[in-house]
This record gives sequence, C-alpha cells and structure tokens, in this order.
Amino acid sequence: MPHTAIEAQVEDGGSASKPQRIIKLSKTTDDSDKKGTNKRVKDIEICVPIVYGTIAFYLGRKASESQSHKWTVYVRGATNEDLGAVIKHVVFQLHPSFNNPTRIVEAPPFELSECGWGEFEIGISIFFHSDVCDKHLDLYHMLKLYPEDESGPQSTKKPVVMESYNEIVFPDPSECFFARVQNHPAVVVPRMPAGFSLPVLAPVENTNEKGRGDTKDHPLSQWFLNFSEADELLKLASARQQVQAHIVKLRRELSVIDGMPQPLKPASSYECT
Amino acid sequence: MDAKDILGLPKTPLPIPQEKKSRPQKDSQRKPDGISREVYALTGGVAPLMPSIDVSQLKRRPPSDEKITWQWLPFTSSARKDDLQLYHWVRVVNGVPPTGDYSFAKYNKSVDVIRYTDEEYEKYLTDPKWTKEETDQLFDLCERFDLRFIIIADRFPTHRTVEELKDRYYSVSRAILVARAPSPGEVAGHPLVKEPYNVTQETERKRALSMVLSQTKHQERKDAEVLAEAKRIAESRMAARAAEEPDLPVPSDVGPESAEGAVGPGDTISPANVQAPAAAIAPSTSVIADNASTLASLRMLRVYLRTYALEQMVQAASSSAGLRTIKRVEQTLQDLGVNLKPKVPTKAVCAEHLELRKEILTLLNLQKQLQYKEAEGSSFRDGSYGDMPGTAKRSQRAADQDRTFVPDTISFGGDRVVKREQKRKGPGRTSETPSSPAGAHKRPRKMKASDL
Repeated sequence: MPHTAIEAQVEDGGSASKPQRIIKLSKTTDDSDKKGTNKRVKDIEICVPIVYGTIAFYLGRKASESQSHKWTVYVRGATNEDLGAVIKHVVFQLHPSFNNPTRIVEAPPFELSECGWGEFEIGISIFFHSDVCDKHLDLYHMLKLYPEDESGPQSTKKPVVMESYNEIVFPDPSECFFARVQNHPAVVVPRMPAGFSLPVLAPVENTNEKGRGDTKDHPLSQWFLNFSEADELLKLASARQQVQAHIVKLRRELSVIDGMPQPLKPASSYECT
Repeated sequence: MDAKDILGLPKTPLPIPQEKKSRPQKDSQRKPDGISREVYALTGGVAPLMPSIDVSQLKRRPPSDEKITWQWLPFTSSARKDDLQLYHWVRVVNGVPPTGDYSFAKYNKSVDVIRYTDEEYEKYLTDPKWTKEETDQLFDLCERFDLRFIIIADRFPTHRTVEELKDRYYSVSRAILVARAPSPGEVAGHPLVKEPYNVTQETERKRALSMVLSQTKHQERKDAEVLAEAKRIAESRMAARAAEEPDLPVPSDVGPESAEGAVGPGDTISPANVQAPAAAIAPSTSVIADNASTLASLRMLRVYLRTYALEQMVQAASSSAGLRTIKRVEQTLQDLGVNLKPKVPTKAVCAEHLELRKEILTLLNLQKQLQYKEAEGSSFRDGSYGDMPGTAKRSQRAADQDRTFVPDTISFGGDRVVKREQKRKGPGRTSETPSSPAGAHKRPRKMKASDL
C-alpha cells in the first residue's frame, strides 16, 4: 500500500524535479513510522480559514512614555472555532526591544498581550501537529496602535483593530489528519467523492486541558471583524460580466474588420451607424 | 390576375406567357418613388420574385377525372385483441373504400419475453433472493411494459432497484435459453449469453454518471484544469527527461540542501512564505511560468496560504505579459472597483479573482489587436507612411483606455478618431505603422495567429 502512495506522488508531481522529489519521498518513509501519515488522501485539500491580527487599546490616564498602549496579537479561527486540533503552537516574534522577543504560545487561544508604545512588524509562525504538517507557516502583521483619523484624543474604549483573513491550505492531507478533523467546525473539509471510505478514527479530541480553545466568548470578541466572501464574490462577478461583455464586443469588431475586403469609403452609408 | 388564382376562378388557357407579360407590367408599377433604386434593391429588389410554387398548380392537383368522397366508416385493427369496431373518416375514390389493415397496426411491436414453466423454474431458476412469485410478477410486468424497466421498477410490488430487476430478468432469460438450447454452442452467439448483465458494473456506472451530472461548474473547471495540467506535465516531463539526462547529478545535490535550508524552522524572517524558495528552486525546467506547473508546485508544498497560492497563480498567468500590461491590468481592476488583493481570500474568491485577471488580460490583448488592425486599415487606405500624428493618437488612445473603462468610446470611437484625423489633415498621413503596406499586413497576421 505505501508503495502505491509513493508512486502516485511521483507520477502526479510537477515539472521535472525528479531527483529532488525522490529524495524527499525517502525522507518521508524514513521519519514517519506512524500509521496513517504515510497514506495521503489524494485530490483533496483541507482548508483552515483563519483570521490573524492585533487589537490595541490606548491606556489613557494610565499611559506612560514607554507604555502608552496595551495590545494583543492573535490567530483565531475565522468562525471563532478552536484551532487547537490543527495548530500545535504559535511563535510570535516581537521587536527586539521587548524582553524575550520570541514568545511561544502552546495552547489555544493563540494570542499574546503586551504593553508598548511603538508600531512594528510582528512575525507569526504557526506550527502544526505532526500528523498535519511538519513544515511551519510564517505570517507577518504590522501592529497598529494609532487610528487612521488622528482627529481628537484617542479613546480608551475603542481599540484599533487590524485583522487579516487568510486560509491555510493542506493539499493531499494525511489520512490520519483527514479522519481526525472530518467533522471539526474549524476546518473546511470537502466531502469525499462517493465510494471512498476512510477508516473511522476517534472523533476530535480536545487536547486542551485548560478548557475551550475557541474564541467565541473571548473578551475581545466584540471587536472581531466579520469577513464575508459574499460581497467580494458579487463584485467580482459583476466585474467579470463587464469584462466579458466588452470582450465579446471587441471580438465582433475584430471579425468585422477581418471580413472587410476593401478599405472603408470616406462617405459611405456605414458611417451612419 | 393573382387574385383570380387565389379565388380559384378559371384561368385563361396560357398561364405562363401571361405571367411573363404581367411581370414587366408589375415591374414598372412597383418601382418606388421617393427612394432610390439601389436602396430599394436592398430590401429584396424591384422585381417581385417568381413564386417557387405556382399558385395555379396547387389548385389543379386533385385530378379531375377521379371522384373523391369522404365517408364515415367503421374499421378494425389487427393490433387489437378484441373485435372493437371504431369509426373514422375514409377517403373513398370512385366509390371504392380502401382495403387492407388499419395503417397503424404495423407499429404494434412487442418484445419476446421468454416464459418459463414451473418445472423449468424448479430446475434452473431458483435464487435465494427471489421468490417464484416475485419472478412471475416480474415477467408479467416485463411483458406488459415491453421491458421498460423504469416503469416495471415503479410498479413492482416490493421495493427493488432497476439494476436488481434487470439482473434477475436477464439471468433468468439466459438460464432458460441455455437450458432449452440443444447444445451450448448454438446459443453461444446469442447476445444474452455472450454478454451477460453485470450488476455491479451497471451500478458503478450509474453512480459515476450521476456524480458527473451533479458536478458543479466549479468542479468541472477544476477537472478540466487538472486534466490539462496532467497533460502538460506529461509533455513537459517527456521534454525535460530528454533535456535533463546529463544534468541529473547537479540538481540532486542542490535540491535537498536548499529545501532543508528553506524549511529550517523559525530562523528565517524572509518576506512572507518561506515555502517560496523551496518551490522555486526545485523545478529546473523552463515551464515554470506555466499555470499547470504552478498548481503542481503548490501541491508539492505540504502547507501554504491561500493568498500565496493566488499570488503564484497570478504570476503564472501574467508571465507572458510585460510590466506595462500588468500595470494596466491592475488599473482596470481598480476602475472596476475590485481589490487588487482580495480582502476575503476564500477559495471561491481567489478563483474568481484569477479568472477576472485572465479575462482582463484577454481584453487588453484584444484591444491591442484591434489597434493594430485599425492601424493597418488606415495605412492600407493611404498606402503611405505616417509618423507624428499617429503616435500621438496612439498614446492618447492608450491613455484613454487606461483611464476610463467605458466600453463604447473605445471601439467605434477609435475608428472615428482615425477618420477625423484624416479629414483634418487632408492628404496627410495618419498611419501608425512606419513600415510598408506589405509589412503592415505581416504584423496583423502574426497577431491573428497568436492564441488568445
């Protein structure tokens, strides 16, 4: 069985980076004795929609020179579901002026709060569970403390929120991972084509002993932004329609010009159109 | 003259010369005043067309020597098992009614459903999943409904699928055929024996068909894409295999090291997406910029961000376009009110975004083509070389297209601009192409050959 999996990978690989791929595959067989990680589910991608960003509050009267804002950087599920089933830990890389700028958050909710005065780029590295992926993912987010419109004094009640939506895609996930998250609310798993069957493994385990890892009732959840693809889809659809209509028109014109054997007469009836 | 034809009144003995005479008469009558003859010619011509069917001939069809009556007569049909007599109108010629069977009786075809005796059932046809009663019912229905299994399945008293019914029917028929045949060789050619009904295969096939039918458009596109990608990969592998034989040792050394270096956990704060170097270094063919290999290289990564995937695909799609074209695409996107980078990059949004970009590229290509064609047209007209006004016009038009996204002005407006310029300049040249007319012809032809 493992042989067929490897063969399939070699066949549907990409352009001829044959040698590199062969080496990569031997690595896989070497370091994973775990059952299920060798087997991958083909032609299916698991998608985890996430939102990451910062929320910053002005401290107002309690502000000092070096600590004017209290901010939180986080990675949450786009629907506020628990990401702990997918993410093992997150490493936030802060500005070197912070103590221990490399902060590791090992359990959901994956967030970090700090006090400071400056805006800088925060590095967010997401590490996944071993059956999910052995490569980590790097994201970057600019911490924003000061609101767009600088009119008037900053409010301590209304924070500055900067969130980005993105989706983590796992092409060809391992069978083990697939089975584990098949019905997990934080993960988008396409339905298997009919006829396929996977061994039914234990349902999602909540490995977070501290309690729930979801952010539905998070203290900051009232500031979370809503990301709906509907608007964007609508706009894209209408834009495409316009472009397509224009293309049709141009094509017609081109064919008219191609069909014309003689150059146009200056004062012919065609000009009236 | 025509009115008499329509009414069926007796015609004068020589209809044809009459028509010839009448035609020139109608001719001078019909020539319109107020419109020029040429214009009138556009709408079908001055002379009225000769009717393809001579109206007078129509009336004369029924031969006058036969006496035709229509009578209400009874009839029977051999297709009926009873003696029911129905009535219908019959065309009687000279008092002789038509003979023969009811004309539609020959269409009463039915299927030869094999019937078995009880003995035969006991001997050959018993089956654990089917009772004799059910099998009898099945065969009754088969005969009644001429093997229309969908109807049979519907009327079957117990719930059975179409495939089960077909299976039972065909296997019973087959068994009977074989049993009744004097020797196996004789029936070997019978289709029932040669190609038996395969239930599992049929069920599979229908399931697969229903899957294909229920595929969404999106899935269809994806499938087509994957197939195209597979084809291209196969082709590129063939080419690369030939090209890369001597180079094998080198990439294998470079490969794993760079891959490991790029994957090194945590200590690279290179701009977004560490996977980029690993994916970029590995493929060493020239097909990198292709859409298919982008998809393939994305699949090679164990994990990636949707935005990264979109960037790669956009890059691949615009690989053949120059920087200026890319800028124009982005400008068009902005004019349409679309974010250059989607705010909510879900799978669907990214796919739409990519398609939109591709369509804009197509659009810009077409516009360029049109420009060339018009330029060719104008140079052909003048048969001469032009310079300054042409280039100014071109840059102005290009600027117009960049700035405004109003469909109408670009198409005909361009044409008009050319004409106006001509009139203003008088005999001066307005051609954009400095080459000879032959050369100008060559360039558009090249454009025609290019695939859009």
